[in-house]
Amino acid sequence: MHKLLTDTPGERMLLLGNEAIARGALEAGVAFTTCYPGTPSSEIPEQFFRISQETDLYFEYSTNEKVALEVGAGAAVSGLRVMVTMKHVGLNVAADPLMTLAYTGIKGGMVIVNADDPSLFSSQNEQDNRYYARLSGLPMLEPTNTQEMKDMTARAFDLSEELGLPVLLRTTTRLAHVRGPVRLGELKPIQKAAHFDKNPFHWVTVPAVSRNLHKLLLERYERAKAVSEKDPYNETMGNGKWGVVANGVAFDYASDAVADLGLKDQVSILKLGMSHPLPEQICIQFLQGKEKVLVVEELEPINENELKALAHEKGMAVTIEGKGTGGFSRLYEYDPGMVRKAVAQYFGVDYSPPEMVDTSDSPQLPGRPPNLCAGCPHRATYYAVKQVYGQDAIYPTDIGCYTLGMLPPLSMADFVICMGSSVSSGCGFSRATDQKVVSFIGDSTFFHSGITGLVNAVHNNHKFTLVILDNGTTAMTGHQIHPGVDTTPMGVDRTRISIENLVRGLGVQDVHVVKPFKLKKTVEAVEAARDFDGVSVIISEEMCPLFAKATQQFKKSKPFYVNHEKCKNHRDCINQLACPAMYLDGEQVEIDKNLCIGCSVCAQVCPENAIVPVKA
Amino acid sequence: MKAKRLVFIGVGGQGNLLASRLLGEAALSRDIPTVVSEIHGMAQRGGIVESAVLMGDVTSPIVSNGEADVFIGFEPLETLRGLTKCNAHTTVITNTHPLPPFTVAIGQGAYPQVEESLNLIRQKVDRLIALDGNQIAEAVGNPLALNMVMLGALIGSDTIPIQAEDMKDVISSSTKKAFLESNLEAFDKGMQSV
Repeated sequence: MHKLLTDTPGERMLLLGNEAIARGALEAGVAFTTCYPGTPSSEIPEQFFRISQETDLYFEYSTNEKVALEVGAGAAVSGLRVMVTMKHVGLNVAADPLMTLAYTGIKGGMVIVNADDPSLFSSQNEQDNRYYARLSGLPMLEPTNTQEMKDMTARAFDLSEELGLPVLLRTTTRLAHVRGPVRLGELKPIQKAAHFDKNPFHWVTVPAVSRNLHKLLLERYERAKAVSEKDPYNETMGNGKWGVVANGVAFDYASDAVADLGLKDQVSILKLGMSHPLPEQICIQFLQGKEKVLVVEELEPINENELKALAHEKGMAVTIEGKGTGGFSRLYEYDPGMVRKAVAQYFGVDYSPPEMVDTSDSPQLPGRPPNLCAGCPHRATYYAVKQVYGQDAIYPTDIGCYTLGMLPPLSMADFVICMGSSVSSGCGFSRATDQKVVSFIGDSTFFHSGITGLVNAVHNNHKFTLVILDNGTTAMTGHQIHPGVDTTPMGVDRTRISIENLVRGLGVQDVHVVKPFKLKKTVEAVEAARDFDGVSVIISEEMCPLFAKATQQFKKSKPFYVNHEKCKNHRDCINQLACPAMYLDGEQVEIDKNLCIGCSVCAQVCPENAIVPVKA
Repeated sequence: MKAKRLVFIGVGGQGNLLASRLLGEAALSRDIPTVVSEIHGMAQRGGIVESAVLMGDVTSPIVSNGEADVFIGFEPLETLRGLTKCNAHTTVITNTHPLPPFTVAIGQGAYPQVEESLNLIRQKVDRLIALDGNQIAEAVGNPLALNMVMLGALIGSDTIPIQAEDMKDVISSSTKKAFLESNLEAFDKGMQSV
């Protein structure tokens, strides 16, 4: 049995923040769950994926976040309780349905989990998605610890049904990936089926209908505001002439700082757990009689600006500061030491932080950037393409493990902005310049948002090559399935869609399917694609070895070693491939037999044929 | 209880995330308030993996620079790099077995001498415990048990209010039978090496 199905209310468990959210949904009787995976949200659907195999819970990995939200919308307007999860940039993809689903509202409770990534641990930007609550008019909850992640999730479903609106639950990387104690509540039974009641004059958003729905949204917003005023997670702690307002993980830093600095009697704290709509009355009460207030929030000065506007409107003399004080910036995440220092500085308290050791006499340390794994098929594909184009072509790339191909010595990435952009920006590059263009996209990302770009490329007669790196899984986010995966080894029944058939069906005339570990044939395919006058697609098929191992599909090959009698130390292997299984022992290249998976790519690169399989 | 802040640093695949999680479980079993934080995602493709365990009167899940009470490094280069987490009162526990990054192999920088690194660290912090964790793990016949060795050394350092028995209970309930004996042996050997 999955540990989140443990039915012992009152028991304490150490749960990952994302597990706590999944548990909260189960305690609310969630029946229908969808997602597209993305760090730091991926562990929520991972739980649902496994739990759906044991219970009546419906779960799917949808093709992208827009699809996930629309699938969820169908279930929620029919009356089921629905959770949809995504990372912050995923909500950009889902923004279109979000904005109008806010108009129609829902029947069954719907919680949209949005995971922000301040400091960009695993993302292409650090946008602050609290703006989406303001943009859409939807309520937003922001937990501050694992217990609240569970409890607020369960509450979000009730709130959603009470208001008739989807509710946004916002986490950040630090909360999603924190483990803390969670006291379990009761599990609710899962509702199996729903019935959709037709009412086109509500659910079909033609202009005449939507004019009324916008009004309805504003009415619901007013009700949400009233709820926010009474929300137990909008909590004022302590009293004093000074104040701190904080949300999310910054609340933990701020309350620790106030305690550590011995300021509990002077500084009261307002925690904004339901941060949108802003509980204005609670804020006014908090600001009244305060001399000065510090707003502790990561990323954008949203609460700060709203509080300043409120104080101005009410003619209050209180000083409110946030960004620009004590090192608080719109950049990156905060940390406890920084917040402690800022609080001390703002309220004029003597404080000397623990002195970090002096590292100025440390030697220059070699970097340890993340790298493609030993035997990763992406390395072989990149090497083959590079044999044909060198550094002359433009290489638009995409979002996934293969983005790591940007690092030397491969250096096979020139431009990426978002999922799917490799294909469409390739259209632009090839038309705007005289340079050759080879775009790279992963299999899961191709299904997510590469298909429409490829249709565009064929229709508008663009000329470039698209390489689809098909490793049979969504590798970067933890090996989730996608429409191109054979799901039988995972014990689930899903229909597999052939990338080759799809690409041919889109009208691509020049299609090559290669096995990247066969370097010569792969190079030949790249040359043929280069010489084709139009859009070419190369599908490079080889399963991610980590995924293959995890699902018992790995075919063990003999590891390789360097025969030093033949090796003339050209070092093409290590210098051009940089496989992490290779290392230098003195001046000699060696291969770590425990890391080598026997892909044989280095053996094909060696001009002396000095790399050979280990004899049995 | 006064806050205790522990930082674990390792390289993808060394198992420091599991070590910090098990420590969190052990703290919970002793009713000590605890919070564990981890870095997932991109950082795990052969890069540096950092986790933190905080116990006692603290709710913040991470440790700022200069604020670690105990710093556990699974790889000597990364211990040296991560030293910014430490202050003059920190206890540092480090594995001495190097795992050179591929940047060294392709000539972008040199791997620092381990002995020199240890001397440098020793001068700056309160206490340095250095052990060849890989060798100990190999000796008990379970090369993957480095994290158990390091947990053993941590408990042996007597820096946190977690007893060996508490830790072993948690290890026993979360280890597959085939590895249990060697894991516990690795833990004991780690403890004895302090």
